[in-house]
Order: sequence, then C-alpha cells, then structure tokens
Amino acid sequence: MSTLDEKAQAGMDDHAAHGGDGKASGAGGFIILFFIIGFAASMVLGWVIFPKLLYSQKQQPLNFNHALHVEEVGEGCQACHYFREDGSFSGIPKLAQCTECHEEPMGDTEDEAIFVEQYVTKDREVPWLSYSRQPDCVFFSHAAHVIGAKMDCVVCHGHIGESEVSRPYEYNRLTGYSRDIWGKNIAGFKRNSWDRMKMDDCAACHKEADAIHDVSVQTQRGHCYVCHK
Amino acid sequence: MKVDRRSFLSFVIGGAAGTALSPLPWKLMDDSSIWSQMWPWTPVPPDGEVVYENSTCSLCPGGCGISVRKVDNRAVKIEGRPGHPVNDGSICILGLSGLQMLYGPTRIKSPMKRIGERGEGKWQKISWDEAIAILTEKLTDIRDKGEAHTVAAIAGSDSGTVPALIRRFMTAYGSPNFMRSPSQRDVDELAVKALFGGDGRTGFDVENADYILSFGSGFVDGWGSPVRMFKAASLWKEKNITVVQVEPRLSNSAAKATRWVPLNPGTEADLALGIAAVLVDENMLDTRAVSGLGSWKNDLLAAYATEKVSQTTGVAAGVIVDLAKGFAGANRPLALCGRGKGLVSGSLRETAAVYLLNALSGNINREGGMWAMPEADYIQWPDVATDNLASAGLVQPRLDGAGTGKYADARYLTNRLADSVNGGGPYPMQALLVAGANPCHDLPDTQRVRAAFARIPFIVSFSSFQDETAAMADLLMPDHVYLERYEDVPIGAGLAQQMIGLSKPVVSPQFNTRHLGEVLIATAMAMGGSIANAFPWDDYETCLEETLAEKWDSLMETGVWVQADTEPVADTFQLAGMDAPAVQAEGDVNSFPLLLVPYDAIQLTSGYVGEAPFMIKAVADTVIKGTDGFIEVNPQTARAAGLAEGERARLTTPRGEAQVCVHLFEGIQPGVLAMVRGLGHTAYDGHLAGKGVNINELIGPVEDPSTGFDAAWGIRAKLAKA
Ligand code: SF4
Repeated sequence: MSTLDEKAQAGMDDHAAHGGDGKASGAGGFIILFFIIGFAASMVLGWVIFPKLLYSQKQQPLNFNHALHVEEVGEGCQACHYFREDGSFSGIPKLAQCTECHEEPMGDTEDEAIFVEQYVTKDREVPWLSYSRQPDCVFFSHAAHVIGAKMDCVVCHGHIGESEVSRPYEYNRLTGYSRDIWGKNIAGFKRNSWDRMKMDDCAACHKEADAIHDVSVQTQRGHCYVCHK
Repeated sequence: MKVDRRSFLSFVIGGAAGTALSPLPWKLMDDSSIWSQMWPWTPVPPDGEVVYENSTCSLCPGGCGISVRKVDNRAVKIEGRPGHPVNDGSICILGLSGLQMLYGPTRIKSPMKRIGERGEGKWQKISWDEAIAILTEKLTDIRDKGEAHTVAAIAGSDSGTVPALIRRFMTAYGSPNFMRSPSQRDVDELAVKALFGGDGRTGFDVENADYILSFGSGFVDGWGSPVRMFKAASLWKEKNITVVQVEPRLSNSAAKATRWVPLNPGTEADLALGIAAVLVDENMLDTRAVSGLGSWKNDLLAAYATEKVSQTTGVAAGVIVDLAKGFAGANRPLALCGRGKGLVSGSLRETAAVYLLNALSGNINREGGMWAMPEADYIQWPDVATDNLASAGLVQPRLDGAGTGKYADARYLTNRLADSVNGGGPYPMQALLVAGANPCHDLPDTQRVRAAFARIPFIVSFSSFQDETAAMADLLMPDHVYLERYEDVPIGAGLAQQMIGLSKPVVSPQFNTRHLGEVLIATAMAMGGSIANAFPWDDYETCLEETLAEKWDSLMETGVWVQADTEPVADTFQLAGMDAPAVQAEGDVNSFPLLLVPYDAIQLTSGYVGEAPFMIKAVADTVIKGTDGFIEVNPQTARAAGLAEGERARLTTPRGEAQVCVHLFEGIQPGVLAMVRGLGHTAYDGHLAGKGVNINELIGPVEDPSTGFDAAWGIRAKLAKA
C-alpha cells in the first residue's frame, strides 16, 4: 500500500476513534472518492489538457512535398540541404535555390501557385518553420555528425524525406521552441532515435562514442562544453 | 454529500499525487529553465551563409581596405582587410562601427521635403521623382533669372568621381561656388604649390623614417590615414626610433612618443624655425634640394636666435638644440605637421616651416622622407560645353573669395562662407547643396554658420544621416551609405604613394536612398540642354567604369590600385611663406586670461558621419559623463579659479559661453584649457545628441593673412564657477 493510502487509512481510523457514530465507513468512502477524483482530475490535467495548453500550432506557409522532391532531384537530402564550401550546413533552402527550378510554376497545385505568386514573383524568402531547431544555447554542427560521424539524416530527422505534406509546426508557448525537441510524447518516451532530441538523447550517443567526442574542438574542454560553448 | 475538511484535503492530496505522476511538473520545470536561459525577447541572429566582401572604407580620408563579414545578406562585422597596402588587416574604431551607421536609427530613410518651419523637424516623405522635380524646378528658376552663380555646393572632399560630378554639375549649371570642407589639406596643397611650384599634396614615408619630429600631429589620434599611422607608431616602437611630439597637451600621441616637448600653444612655427636656425647655424644641413637659402640664412638666424625662440615657445634653449641635433643626426628624419587629426587648415607659415625642416635634412622625395605628390589625374572627362547662362555665371567671383585678389592661391575658403552669406559676400546665396559635410556642426563659430544657413532660401542635403545640416535643409535627398554604393576612393591622407580604393556595395540599400552620382545625372537630364550634355553617362556605374578605364578590372578584383612610379611635383624646395606674421588667438588677454585649445580624439571627431553608439561608449568619463562635457584644466589653474575635479564651471570665450565640467589634468599647461572636438551635437540619435559641448560654438575662424584659410589653434577664454 502506498504511503498516501496508509495516511488515508490512518485518517479514517482516527475519525472512527473520535466520532464513533457508525457512519465511519461512509465518510471513509467519501474521502477515498475525493482522493480518486483529485487524482484523476490532475492526471487528466497533466496528461491531456496540459499538453494542449502548452503547445500551439502553426501551419507552414505552404505545403511542401518532400517525397516528390526527393524523387525529382535524385541525389537525396543533400541535393537541397547541402554543405557549403566552408563546411557549414545550408539548412532550409533559400528562395534563390528554389527558383533555380521554380522560376515558373511547375505543376498546377495550389501550393505551387502560392509559392510562385507570394514568394518567387515578390522575391520574398519563404518563412519556413524549422521543426528541428535546437535552443540557442546549443552548438550543433551538422558537418561533425553527417560528414565526421557519417550519421544518416534519418537518425535525427526521421523519415521526413518521405512526407507528402507539411505537418503543422507545433511550438512550446513558454519557450517558443519546436515540439520536436521534447518529442511528441509528453512523457518523453521514445521509440525511435528521432522521436526526441533533448540533451539526454545527444548525451547517450556521445557517451557511446566518447573516445572521439569528449572534448570541444573550439574550447578544448570536455563534457558540457562539447555542445554548450 | 457533504464536502468536509477531510474530503477536501483528500482531494488535494489526490490531486498532488496525480500531478506528480503526470508530466506536468517535470515538463514545466524543464521548460522554465529553457525559457529563463534563453529569454524569448533576447535577439538571436539568424543563421545563414557566411561570406566576406571586400571593399574600401570611406568614413574618413584614410582609405582602408575592409572585409565585411556577412551572414546571408546581413553585414555583421567589419574587419580590416589583410594584405591591403594602407591598413593590412587592421581597423580603427570608426571603421569598426560602420554597421551602426548602416543599420542605425540616424539614417534618412527616404527623400523628404520640409513641411514645418526650418529646423522644426517636420518632413513629408516624397518620391525620388518628386524630389528631383523640386530640385530641377528650383535650380531652373534661379538659372533662368541669370543668377546661376548664386547657387553653391559644399562637399566633404574634392577628389574622386562623385565630388567631380558635383563640380561638373556646378560648372555646367554656371556656378563657380563649389566648396570643400576645410581641413589641413587646404594649406598642404597651397604649401606644395608655393614650395614646389605645382599642384599636389605631401606624402610621408613614415614607415621608413628613423626619427620623427611631430608638431602636434596626432599620429595615434587620427592624423593622416589613421590605421596606417597606428601601425607606423607600433613599428617605430619596435625599431626603437626616436619619436618627438611637440604639443602643448599630453595627448595620446605625446604619451606614445619617446619624448614629449610641451610648448606654448600656437608657437609651433617658431619652434620649427628655431630648429631650422640651429641647423643653419651649426651647418648641419643638406642644402642640395633647397633653393634660395643663401640670402635667407642671415634673416633666419637673426629672427630665430635660440634664446629668442625659447622665450616665445617656452621650450628651453637646450631642448631646441637637442631637437635640432637629434633631427640632423638621424639618417632619415621626418617632420610632420597638422594638429590632431588635421581638421583645421592651419597657417602657411607653420606648414612651410615644418616642411623646410624636411628639406634641410635632405629627405625630399626620398625613402623615409617627405614626398611632393602630384594630384591624381585619372578623371579625364571632356570639358563642359557651357551655354550662355552658365558662362555668365562662371565669370562671377566666388562667394568665399577664393582664387582672386589676396586669396589668389586658395582653392576653397569654406571658413569664409558664413560671413559671406551674412552680408559680406559679393551677392546673396540663393541655394546651397550639401554632400558629405556637416557645416552646421563642424565649421567654427557655429552660431554664425547657422545664422547664415537661416538666410539661404533653399538648402538641399544629400546626407545619409540626420545631421545638423540636414535639419536645416528644405529638401533631403539621402545618399546610400558607403556599404551600399560603388565609389572610387582616391587615397591622399599623407601616403607617399598614389592609390585608389574601390567601395563596392556590400549589402543592398536598406532604405529608399539613392546614389548621389545617380541623382546628379538624373537632375542634369531633367534640366536638359548643355547641362544634360555634360553628363553623357546612363548611370553612375557606367561613369565610374569608363573613368577608371583600364584600372577598373584590377580594382574590381583587388579593391585597390597602386600607381607604380609617381613622378614627384618637383625635387627643389623653394623658400616661401615663412615670413608671414604668426596667427594669434582671438580675444584680449585682460578679459580672457586663459587659452582654450581644441584636441581630437580617435573615438570622436568623425566629421559628418557622426559617432556611432559604440564609439561614444568608448569615451572616458573624464571627457563626457552623462550629458556633461569636460574640459581639461591644470590643477594650478583650477585652484586659482576655486574649482575642483568634476565641478561645473562656466567657460566663456569671445564667441560664446558654455557650461562644462572640470577635469584636472597635469598634462596641460597652467593657463591653458583643452576641450575635445566633435561633441555637442543637436542632431543624430540619443546616443550622440545633447552630449558635451561643441567647441565650434566657442571658437571662431582666424584667418591666416597669407592664405585666407582658418588657422585658429585656440581662443582666449575665462573660466568661472557655475
Ligand atoms: S582609418 Fe578611416 S578609412 Fe580606415 S577604417 Fe578607420 S575610418 Fe575607415
């Protein structure tokens, strides 16, 4: 029996000892009922309502079909998300990159029309929302992971390359960061390596490979300093 | 069912237990730590592609090569460009602050016309077409009345294609009144003409000299090409070279020198001639390059006997002889002049005297010496074919009197502008165009300059910034800042070489501004006739490319073009200009027992671009504290006036009065007060406006009788408890 239950039991005993009017068991039942109500309500609050309150959603400016692009461009993720000459990672493509092919509308989807009308002709960058942006205190180098450690994009980003529509971007109202960092599961459980990208997830992998990853290249200091400069 | 206390407690406990078993507290704890470590309102610079773009800084005449670090299309840092012949990777505080000028709040963001009273700050945004139409109409009106000569233009410089376009516009329009902001360059050019017999400027091979005698030149305070001079000063230290700084105040340069020789303010020419007399007397000279010395020797010895010079200058006779011996004993001695940053022209007598020392040591046009550099001549445009209206205007005398009568040798006498407009000129000024200059703050006797501006019926400012002069304008036609435009930057500034830098657009224009060159071409087109014909280029870039001709490709590639061999103006030095009377400080000794002298600081005194917040932050709180400006006072003088450190005082000169704070400083002579130039702005932003006192409110121009240039080195003053 849990400590709480013991206490509740003790309370009931107490009550019986002092009152002695024969309603003791009924009162005890109420007390348990209230405990259960409180317990259940807070569980619902914590597991169901809280995540709804904590996260808000935004739609991407337009739907992006990764699967179609991967098929069309051939070279995989790197065709658009490439490394620059200086080794830095280009991230989400800039408009100029898109217009190399999309100067004129390609195909007649609604999203293509939005893209060309709103962005290409007006020469405005598309304000894409990044699902995977780490908090500002984290130093992350794609080159170290993809080129250095030869990791596959999927390990951290999952199968986004196969998506046909852009899922809504969910962000934490308090911190402003994407939900993908903590993960979809509010309890923080993960099944796949890409389900969550919190510090512990980085640390777990770094620990496995610590022979090469235990000091910061920039500061020559270990542990925290590998990612927090 | 009755909810009693126990049931309630039970509910609470149940709630607590449920909460603890839900993710709520743990997730909130995590989020609040993320939130508090990275406040959402803290700006985070967006990530992007990092590139470096090479260009040339034109914030001062230094002409440094810069390398601008960009993240995508945002400039994030300006660095000195490694390998550049002027600054080789280094940069000054002004150059470093350039981004605050590009992105800062002092920019004028669009063409505007005045709708309130002058100076009230009420403007209406207009289109460029409208702005050009207003300007065209106004100028056409004046010209059609046969009064083209009553229009004047002031530019920050007269070299390079943009000033040349302004000048060309004025010529085609029919006005002789093109002016340049005054600086030491005025007297330097005149001295080269008088001493070497040709047009040009001096250049100093400071890197190869082995003894430096500087007459107040702030070699680490922004003189010449500032970064080049910092590097030279380090080099001198490394090579253990003797550097003598002759100056009434212990400036940073004096502190950096091997020896500081304080002297009575304004007696630099006497000291230089005194040293020359010792050289002559002891026959420690090389006269090969000097002509006409023979007969003059006796005059010199008679007028500048060491004892006499010692009395005038306050420098001990032994020190004068010492300096002469040190100078003559060195292999490649070099004497410099131009006080502080060289912002005031100075007197011909002083300039000629210092250049004479160089000539007497035989270091003219030699390694480690002083060079008589010819003017850059790459701008070869066909002459303007003027129409009748223009020709009639061009034969009129200039408003400032330069080029005629007793001012025959002066090109520009911008210091005489205020007096001329206030009634002393040959005719009233009807319109003024101002580009790259801020006369309403930077010219001495600012009150009088402002009064003059108030009389000019139509003023156009091409400034990129909301400066004091723009505040007095009727029409604002903002230029791009240097990081947004193409421009050739001929580098004078004391270099012993001919160089041209190229400014390139590093970022696209941030606001609705337009290149001054384009505006001039567009206005000329709108005016039509012979004016339009004088501007045969489609746009400024075409003009620049055609003008630079074969230099264009190498400039685009390397950013700087260096002339391989330059033929000096002449190798012989003719004696001239040294018998003029000394320029005295304004004011009488009895009513004004003290002397106020301006000084320049590298963090301040940046001219029309103003000081960026970053620079103001770097100013010591003995110069400005809050909004109070300080003057340096010798403790002895302060004691006599009953003033202590930090106390407020009233400073009065024949030209004005100001509240100042007192900073006690042993590095200034008793009886002399020093105040930094460049403060006391009323325009720009809150970082700059309202801080300290503008020394130009307290000091007026003092005309050098031999040239007409302003040679004021100080003014008489008095100080009293506030
Ligand atoms: S010295 Fe002048 S040209 Fe050189 S970086 Fe500084 S402001 Fe620019």
